[in-house]
Amino acid sequence: MDFGKLFELIIAASVINNFVFTRFLGLCIFFGVTKKMDTAVGMSITFTAVMMISAALSWVVFKYIMIPLDITFLKIIIFIGVVAAFVQSADTIMRKVSPGMYFKLGVYLALITTNCIIIAVPLINAGEGYNFIESLAFGLGSGLGFALALIIMASIREKLELADVPRPFRGLPISFITAALIALAFTGFSGLITL
Amino acid sequence: MIKQRSNWELIKNGIFGENTIFRMAISLCPSIAVTTGIRNAFYMGIAVIFVQVMVNVSVSAIRKIIHPRIRIPIFMLIIAGWVSVIDMTMAAFARPAYKEIGLYIQLIVAFASIFARAEVFASKNKMTSSAMDGLGMGIGFLVALVLIGFFRELLGKGALWGMPIIHSKPMLIMIMPTGGFFAVGFLMAFFNWIDIKFFGGKGASGV
Repeated sequence: MDFGKLFELIIAASVINNFVFTRFLGLCIFFGVTKKMDTAVGMSITFTAVMMISAALSWVVFKYIMIPLDITFLKIIIFIGVVAAFVQSADTIMRKVSPGMYFKLGVYLALITTNCIIIAVPLINAGEGYNFIESLAFGLGSGLGFALALIIMASIREKLELADVPRPFRGLPISFITAALIALAFTGFSGLITL
Repeated sequence: MIKQRSNWELIKNGIFGENTIFRMAISLCPSIAVTTGIRNAFYMGIAVIFVQVMVNVSVSAIRKIIHPRIRIPIFMLIIAGWVSVIDMTMAAFARPAYKEIGLYIQLIVAFASIFARAEVFASKNKMTSSAMDGLGMGIGFLVALVLIGFFRELLGKGALWGMPIIHSKPMLIMIMPTGGFFAVGFLMAFFNWIDIKFFGGKGASGV
């Protein structure tokens, strides 16, 4: 196992190809939950966990069921099925096993199923032909990158609440412009590692 | 949603009243990802119109058979099926564009807007009005994408649909990732301003 390569993969997925700022996925969640720091942190934790596990699950399904049966053209339907089934069962299990944690993070789980990032990770993994460990690393990196984006944005928006923004810009437009400035900073990372 | 509305009203509602991107502010991912040029934006919009109309029609057709408790997985299967259809069609017939926007075509499956229309409208209405609602929503999406793409391509590349219009590149930043956020932010603010100034609204596009 080449740890240097894995490290590069994680860094590339989290910072250089950050899902929010260079691939523009998960924007609904990104603008939806970053009003408060608490929700942003909760969302980041749930997201990273779900992303890694669903990357692993769908890799297994892809490699051992879909390729032997030659049904890779159905990958969209199957991946969304796998992810939805996993999220639903995680929801049920968490409610039974640890109600305290469910109370904190359960809300976010419900939002996750119809989110583009969660379904994008298995699709990209399948497209790039990553092996199991690489898929996990990619899931982890993407999750960390998303968490980073959420937390940066939430801390800025908490301050933004106090600012006197021109009326047409209030709400989403100013958030978009803030995101644009962060994205500008993130372009500085491009070319850091070439895979 | 209760009272019957004519087909034209349904289409108009999709384009202006409940425009997916500028008014509802959902399904924002492709509004930035595919709008570096008008061509990509146009293909994406066509794909969304197709999926939205077909999903609405299918959901409306089976709305009396499916039990309400299992409707969410069923809707998802329907959406995923139609997305696979458009994905493979695009891969076969629009090769150059598909190379750039293929991932986002596949991700139509996770669009909140399509799911929301199936749930809110198509599962309660007749097939024709559902199709019209889907058409309106899709056209609204297409118009929004092409509008963003217009500004980004004109300012960033000095071209439209790949053809050079002005022979300079006034704002290179507009085709970079950050330019997409700027374009959407300013356009949203512009529509809010119109709404506040001329219609006495509150500038509703806010979370």
